[in-house]
Order: sequence, then structure tokens, then C-alpha cells
Amino acid sequence: MNIIYFLIGCSVLLALCFLIAFFWAQRSGQNDDLYTPSVRILLEGDDDVSQK
Amino acid sequence: MEHKESTQMEQSATIEKINCYHCGNECNTTDYVLDEKQFCCTGCQSVYEVLSTNQLCSYYRYNDHPGANRNSTDKRFDYLDEPDIVRELLDYSDEHINIVTFYIPHIHCSSCLWLLEQLNQINPAVHYCKVDFLKKQLNIRFDHRQLSLRQLVELLFDIGYEPLISLHDVIKNQNTANKDNLVQRIAVAGFCFGNVMLLSFPEYFGLNVYEQDFKHFFGWLNVLFGLPVVFYSGREYFRSAWQNLRNGVLNIDFPLALGIAVLFLRTLFEVATHTGAGFADTLCGLVFFLLVGKFVQKKTYHHLSFERDYRSFFPVAVSTITSDGEKPVKLSQLSVGCRIIIRNNEIIPADAILLKGNALIDLSFVTGEMLPMSKVLGEIIYAGGRQTGEAIEMEVIKPVSQSYLTQLWNNEAFSRRQDNRIRTFNEKVSKYFTIVLLVIAFGSLLFWLPTDTRRALAAFTAVLIVACPCALALSTPFTMSAALSIFDKNHFYLKNTAVVEQLARINTIVFDKTGTITLADDAKIKPELTLTEQYKQWIYSVCINSTHPLSMMICKALQGVKRLEITSYIEIPGKGILATIDRHELRMGSAQFVLNEDNSITDVTRVHAMIDEQYLGYFAVEHQYRPGLNLLPGLAQHYRLYLLSGDKDHEREKLKFFFPEPDHMLFDQLPQDKLDVIESLQCKGAKVMMLGDGLNDSGALKQSDLGVAVTDNVNNFTPGSDAILDGRSFDKLPSFLKFSKDTVKIIHASFGISLTYNLIGLSYAVTGELSPLVAAILMPLSTATIISFTSIATHVAAKNRQLT
Repeated sequence: MNIIYFLIGCSVLLALCFLIAFFWAQRSGQNDDLYTPSVRILLEGDDDVSQK
Repeated sequence: MEHKESTQMEQSATIEKINCYHCGNECNTTDYVLDEKQFCCTGCQSVYEVLSTNQLCSYYRYNDHPGANRNSTDKRFDYLDEPDIVRELLDYSDEHINIVTFYIPHIHCSSCLWLLEQLNQINPAVHYCKVDFLKKQLNIRFDHRQLSLRQLVELLFDIGYEPLISLHDVIKNQNTANKDNLVQRIAVAGFCFGNVMLLSFPEYFGLNVYEQDFKHFFGWLNVLFGLPVVFYSGREYFRSAWQNLRNGVLNIDFPLALGIAVLFLRTLFEVATHTGAGFADTLCGLVFFLLVGKFVQKKTYHHLSFERDYRSFFPVAVSTITSDGEKPVKLSQLSVGCRIIIRNNEIIPADAILLKGNALIDLSFVTGEMLPMSKVLGEIIYAGGRQTGEAIEMEVIKPVSQSYLTQLWNNEAFSRRQDNRIRTFNEKVSKYFTIVLLVIAFGSLLFWLPTDTRRALAAFTAVLIVACPCALALSTPFTMSAALSIFDKNHFYLKNTAVVEQLARINTIVFDKTGTITLADDAKIKPELTLTEQYKQWIYSVCINSTHPLSMMICKALQGVKRLEITSYIEIPGKGILATIDRHELRMGSAQFVLNEDNSITDVTRVHAMIDEQYLGYFAVEHQYRPGLNLLPGLAQHYRLYLLSGDKDHEREKLKFFFPEPDHMLFDQLPQDKLDVIESLQCKGAKVMMLGDGLNDSGALKQSDLGVAVTDNVNNFTPGSDAILDGRSFDKLPSFLKFSKDTVKIIHASFGISLTYNLIGLSYAVTGELSPLVAAILMPLSTATIISFTSIATHVAAKNRQLT
């Protein structure tokens, strides 16, 4: 049953990784603007679409 | 010329309603055609030209008519060459690049987004641009060696996106503020909560004797997870409780902080002494839910600002005349004696004397006077007026900060912190709650102490744990945030959640007139004279030559009449028009000009007409009232209604229907008078809600218990206030007031529910036999009940008030 110590350690470590990833995302401003990307994705990146 | 005009009219009549390809307005002429596309004005056409030469016409594919009308704007950005001003506007600057953020009110659709992020195609000196759609902001990084800030702004202007530039941009401040790490704290609490729950499950189901090692291991892990929850996520509660305690206030944070501390200490004690599993699960859940409640309560309207003052209304700089020609000067550097030039549509920044030019000043925003007033040379013109017509030259007689309008800001109402506001229900209740809680806790401690010390301590801590007012602390934020989103959907934007409760306690409503109960730009002209078809043609033909707003209104009223040629035409500014048509002499204008009555009160709302010395009558300007105004008599049953107007009292009779009590209508009110009226009402015990729109109301808005700025376009300037009401929803005002009362009732009810839970918990706790499992079930259960009850009840209430 001692494997439980190891498994819990792993799970906590993994969860910590996610928490750190979230902190990083928050710090780098990825969650600052949650609306604009939803509009941006609908626009075609191609600039010569109008000529097609 | 006459012929051309009429054929053109026929043409546009036969072609059914053509809308401008750029802005979507109706085209009145067919003069502007490019690539078989119709435009309403040169402005719109030139924007299209810029875009088409840069192959950016996809702009028009994403949305129909995405542009802003460019009819009456002219570019003047020379002040952006001043290094002082540039420095204040830039976010970042080094020798290669500059970064700047602009607020662009016109951003409204995907086309805007697309075009603004393609700036690089038009000018390669722009490295990077990114739109924040909700904030209506554009962040640009550009090479300032190739493109100056002024050129950049001109580029934006050329493509139809003029930024609103102000040195006192509150929107920018919003970006830098608001860094309290709340989201991070929630993340940490959530992370710990999840892990602790996982580690607590074995305890819930019971562990065998030979698994005791695990029990201690899990216990210590739980304590470990409790540490960041208490010291990182929950730190604010301790700080706030301590601060309030020092100020002699018992607010809800005190029992919360006490609960958190006791939960942690008891957990630590139980784990260390191997006497139990502790309450780490309850602890983490409590802090997590509390923080979520805090997060929900914080609603931000990115595109609105409730803190604007005159500085964001005034321009950044003004052109002055110096010995070396015209030079833009920052407002703060404008001194007495400066000669300034004010062009069409510019705002006069400081009290000044008119030196040159025909001044026709639109003071609607300052005094509430609806029609532009003409001023004579040598007259003092107050700051805040907007010149319409040609450029004028003026001499500044008072610095900006001491001008007539800005002086209002020196009033104590603006410096005082808002402590006259009504205390919220939560604040009032939590004081008594805390006292009762402490009495019960110490009561149970003293009760058990003589017989069983251990049990006494257990009971004492259990009371503090169970009675920790989690549900109580959550009932207000969740109800209020649901209410706020209901208001938001109905175009009524509240500054924060406390405003809902203030709204419920109002008993007096004060209205401003111009722009608040009347529609700002939609005055109607009513002919009080008998007009034959021929007279109509004459008057129309004369008035069409004048750019005076009244003439334009008359022309609009007489639309469709044939235009005749006139032989002579003289317009005397501020007086009227003298013209000859078909050998008849036509006089139109003020009573003094037409009738030679030496009327000292210049009644600006009447245009008299006289043909060949024969008086015809006059055109009267009538305000259009907002559609919801007929609901006011219904409101009068529950509220005292007042009207404060900066205007003259020529509408008194008509408004009597809405404000029947004789002394409830006050006219000719200066901004300071308005503030004083509100103050005197408050002295009589009234809880005043003030609805206003202009800078002249800003004092009254600030002084009142609840200031509401009414506007037809929320992106326009609104004076500082507690709430912003979109003019379209003016008729919903009674529903808003009723709904706010419902909301308060819901808070009371949810308070009752959370108290019931507390009582159930307490009945276990006082005996000292509280098991961690009961606490762990009770806390989330009460929270879930409160959240679902408040949100469902709020939405039902909204439906009842027809606010969906």
C-alpha cells in the first residue's frame, strides 16, 4: 500500500504543474481579453479574399 | 442653379432610398459615386478611397455599412506634435519604438476589428496593433522615426476611426488599477480545496486501525494545503477585519476571519495531537466559495466610466496665437491673457472674452440651454461651450481650473468621500450577527468549562466554525450580481452592487430637463402661423441659405417645398434674416429684430416671420419629451418628483402635468443651485436620486444619494455618476425601482435561509460534538442553496417586472 505515498505525490505534483501554468497564463495577460479572440477567429487572415 | 437642384431632387426621389456604402446613412445627393458605390458625403468617400487603394475592401464584406459617418468632422491634430503631450499619451517609448493605447468609440463590429489590425498594410511603420473589443481600445506599437504620433492619429482618422484623446483618460487608469490577484487567489483556493477533498474522503468512509499511518499522512497533507489557503487566499479577510476593528466597526469580515483562523488552528491541533481529522476540507471550501462570491460581485463595464469629470470632456490642447504664429498649448499651461482660436465644433476650455468672429455657442452641456446662443464682441463666454460656425478668436480671462464651470469641482461635494451613502443591509446586520455569535460561543465555553475543559474548547471552536457566515456573505454578492446583469441587459449600468440597495431606498427623484426628460437632438418646430403654399416656399427658400440651427430646423419642417430664387439676402448674426424674394421683403428672426420690440428677454425658442411689414406669426421650437415621461404620474404615488432646469420657464405649463406640485419645478438653475437644492432636500430627510445628463448636473449628481447619468449614447461623455442609464430604457425606470426593491427582499429572504442553516449547525456545535463530516456537508450545502435561491428568485422577480 506504500505505493499510495508515491501516487499522491505524483498527483499533487501534476496538479501543481497545472496551477503554475495557470499563474503563468494569468501573468502573461492571456486572460485579460476574453472576448476579442472570439471575433478575431471568424475573420479570414487572407488579405486577397476580396479579389477571389 | 434652381433647375439643377430640382432635377437632382427628382432623381433621388425616383431611385429608392440609397444608403451610403460606408456609413449606411441615407444619401441625399448622388454627387459622391466611386466604383459604382454611393456615398453620402466626401468624408465617407475619402475613407473608402483610402481603403480601396490599400486593398482593404474586405472591410465592407464582413458587415454592411461598418463605417462611422464622416459628415462633419475635420482633422486637427497639430497638438500631437508637442513633445509634452506626446509623452503623456505614450505607454512606452524608446529610441526605436513607441507604444500607445487609444480609446476609439466607434469600434463596434468585426469589420472594425479586422481593419484596425491591418494598419500595417497601410503603413509599414506600424509593427503591431491589437484591438480590445469590449474596452474599445487599440494598442499600437510603431516606429516613431518613420511615423509620428500625429501621423498615426491622422491615419486612424483617415480610415474613419478617430481616437478620443484625453490626458485624463480614466479608461487607461482602469487598466493599471484592479490588480488584486483575486483570480490567482481563487485558483490557489480551488486547487487546495480539490486536493483536500480527495485526501479527506478516506476519513469520511472510515479507516482501519492498520491504516492509521495514512490517516496521519493525509492529516499533515491537509494542513499543508491549508497553509496557502489561509495565508495567501484568505489573507485579505484578516487584514480587512483588523482594519475595521481598529476603526471600531464590526463588519462581516470579522466572523469570517475568526472562522478561518479557528478552522485552521483546530485542524492543526487535531492533526498534531492525533485526536481527529480536522476541518481542512471545510476551511478550503469556505475560502474558495467566499472568493468566488467576491469575484462575482465585481462586475466591470469596460466601455463605461463612472468617474469622468470636466477634464475628459475638454480637449487636450488649444490653439493659441503667439508672436510666431499659431501654436497648440496644453490646457494646464493656458494662462490668463492667452489669445486662443476656437474652430467649428471645438469646446472653449476656459472663460474668455470674444475678440473676433461670429460666436454661436452651444451651451447645452453646460447650462442645459438647448439652442446655441450668439455672443457679441467683448462678451464673456464661459468654458464648456461649443462653437458652431466659423473660427473665433478669444482672450482667456481665467485659468482653466478657475473657470465658471470647473469651479464647481472645488465644491466640497467633490472632495468629500462618499460616506453619506446609505449603509448596506449586509453591513448593518453583520454587526449584530457578530455580537450574537460571540455571545453564543463564549456562552457554550463557560457552560462546559466547569465540567469538561476539553469539551468546552471543542464547543467554543465548533460554534465559531459552524456559524461562520459563509452563506450570509454570499447572499448579497450573488443576488446583486444577478440583479446587475438584469439591469445591464436593460441598458441600465450600475457602478457597483451597492447601488442596487441605494436604488431601493430612494424616496425622492429629481430630474434635469434638457437632455434628460427631453431628447437631446430631436427638437421639433411648430408653426404658430397660417402659411399659404407661397409663403411656405418663400420661407423655405430664405432659410435654406442660413446655417443657423433654427433655420435648418424650419427647413426640415417645411421639407419638400419648391425652392425659389431670392434677390437679396442679409443675415444678421444673433438677430435674423432680411431677404427679398419675388419683390417681397421677408424678415425672419427674433422678436426684437422683426417686431422692433425691445424685449430684453431674448426668447430664443421663437422665430418670428414678417412679410412686407405684415406680421405672420412665429415658429415655436418644441422639445420632444422622452417616450417614458407619461409614466411619471405613476411614480408620483410612491416618490416625490422634482424638476431642475437650467432653462427658462417657458415650458412650465406643459410640464405641470408631470410635476403637479407648484414648488417642485425649478427653472433658471445654475449648476451650483442644483447642488444646493439637492442638499436642502437631503437635509429634510429625503433620499434623493438625481437624473441628469450634462456637466451642469455633475454637482447635483455627486451630491445626491444616487446620481444617474442619462445618455443616448453610452460611449459619449457622461458626467461622473453612480449609474448610467441609456435613454432608450428611460421608460423602464419605474420597473427598475420596483425591481431593486424586490432584490432587497430576496437578500432578506436568503439571509433567513442562511440563518436557518446556522441554527441547525449551532444545535450540534454547542454540545461540542461537531463531526468534521457534518461541517463539511453543511457548509457547501448552505452555499449551494443560497446561490441557487438567489439567482432563481432574482430572475423570477425580473420576469415579474418585465425586465428580461
